Amino acid sequence: MIEVKHLIKSFDDKVVLKDISTIFEPGITNLIIGRSGSGKTVLMKNLIGLMQPDSGEIRYNGRNIIAMKKNELKLLRREMGMLFQGSALFDSMTVLENVMFPLTMFTKDSYKERCKRAMFCLERVNLKGAENLYPAEISGGMMKRSGIARAIALNPKYLFCDEPNSGLDPKTALLIDDLVSDITKEYKMTTVINTHDMNSVMNIGEKIIFINQGRKAWEGTKDEIMNVNNKALNDFVFASDLFRKVKETENLAEQEG
Amino acid sequence: MKALQNFGEYTLLIFRAIAIPERWSEFFKQTGKEIYKLGVDSVWIVIFISVFIGAVITMQISLNVNTPLVPQFTFGYVTREIILLEFSSTIMCLILAGKVGSNIASEIGTMRVTEQIDALDIMGINSANYLIMPKMVAFMVFIPVLSILSMFFGIIGGYLVGFISSDIITIANYELGLRYWFYPYTIVYSIIKSVVFAFIISSIAAYFGYNVKGGALQVGKASTNSVVMSSVMILTFDLILTQLLLT
Repeated sequence: MIEVKHLIKSFDDKVVLKDISTIFEPGITNLIIGRSGSGKTVLMKNLIGLMQPDSGEIRYNGRNIIAMKKNELKLLRREMGMLFQGSALFDSMTVLENVMFPLTMFTKDSYKERCKRAMFCLERVNLKGAENLYPAEISGGMMKRSGIARAIALNPKYLFCDEPNSGLDPKTALLIDDLVSDITKEYKMTTVINTHDMNSVMNIGEKIIFINQGRKAWEGTKDEIMNVNNKALNDFVFASDLFRKVKETENLAEQEG
Repeated sequence: MKALQNFGEYTLLIFRAIAIPERWSEFFKQTGKEIYKLGVDSVWIVIFISVFIGAVITMQISLNVNTPLVPQFTFGYVTREIILLEFSSTIMCLILAGKVGSNIASEIGTMRVTEQIDALDIMGINSANYLIMPKMVAFMVFIPVLSILSMFFGIIGGYLVGFISSDIITIANYELGLRYWFYPYTIVYSIIKSVVFAFIISSIAAYFGYNVKGGALQVGKASTNSVVMSSVMILTFDLILTQLLLT
């Protein structure tokens, strides 16, 4: 569980995060949504310790990341896995070497054991057969899956995904969403996903936090998001024709029924 | 003020980079790869440039100091002194600042903009240490080899002039000049300088690459800036080291 309390972050005079408080629970997919520039990436970077907030607390199962010493933070980071927007695979390594990398750095396992674990992770994300390819030789969807395999190689307690399906076609995007959701449940991880894709929200949004102009403007689930009386959220949700039409159809059905 | 801030950031980064590696085996593996990439891959350009510059130095001295008052063997002597004292260390490192420095800055810069460095940090790895130290160690270890190769092939270049035309200089006079008043410390001096320059090139390039913000354009800019700054620092330290080591 990750607990965020009264988080404030500013750059020079501009306050980007304004008193954010929430809880990210284990075993479910926690989504942070919002328009571009709303502050969701800054929130994510604060959560993983890449940025230091001005004030507030971020507690990982009770441990405050902000007050941690370098070594404690280093140990905590080994409990984290992260899927980056561009996958962030190491160009000079094959897919297998990428997945093996955290195992090479942090375990004393033999090469054979590391290879076995990496192959298991690759099989888990349906990437068997691509282990000897380099990142430049695989598709965007395969890169994301390799990124997930690398993120789960050390059995992390916390999984962070930054725009996991950006740049992917809708079908592949859904596959990635489902994969992240399945893995979250399977390993009981605390998963935090940063997205602005409404398809993802409706597919795996078990807990959703809507950030608007640096503030938490709404918190709920995918079942509630379509029927909320919040202008900023409605503008965001119904920005696409598809969701607007779904809503209109629903309203029509309600009136008729 | 900005320069002072940059120097502070550079110092902090280098202190972060110079730390005990997370895994020694991984460090040695990386260092081996870097020796090949930064050092062995530069051998051909060092040989090519040294041969031609050695030949040109001999020809230029001969053409410009063509007087009966100066004996011919002095052309060989001056060629040796120029190659040993300045060319094989300073000029060669200025050239390598372009090849190796831009390579380091663009590689680390690309890793920064594609979030690969963030990925290392998230894993709890000291990214500065993992990425920068093997490059610095590899280049500093291999630069004496490049420097000695440059000396050897620069001298060979002068020989070639003698082979091509004995009007410019005879082989016997060139050899006499090479041996005349030889002071072996000049080789040590040249190697010391080249090791310092290797540190300057690799650390400055790493700093510019590591601190890239933006995209491909900024990676290119960082690469150019690293070459310019390395060149300025090489020339500055050339003056300081010459004062310290030769006077």
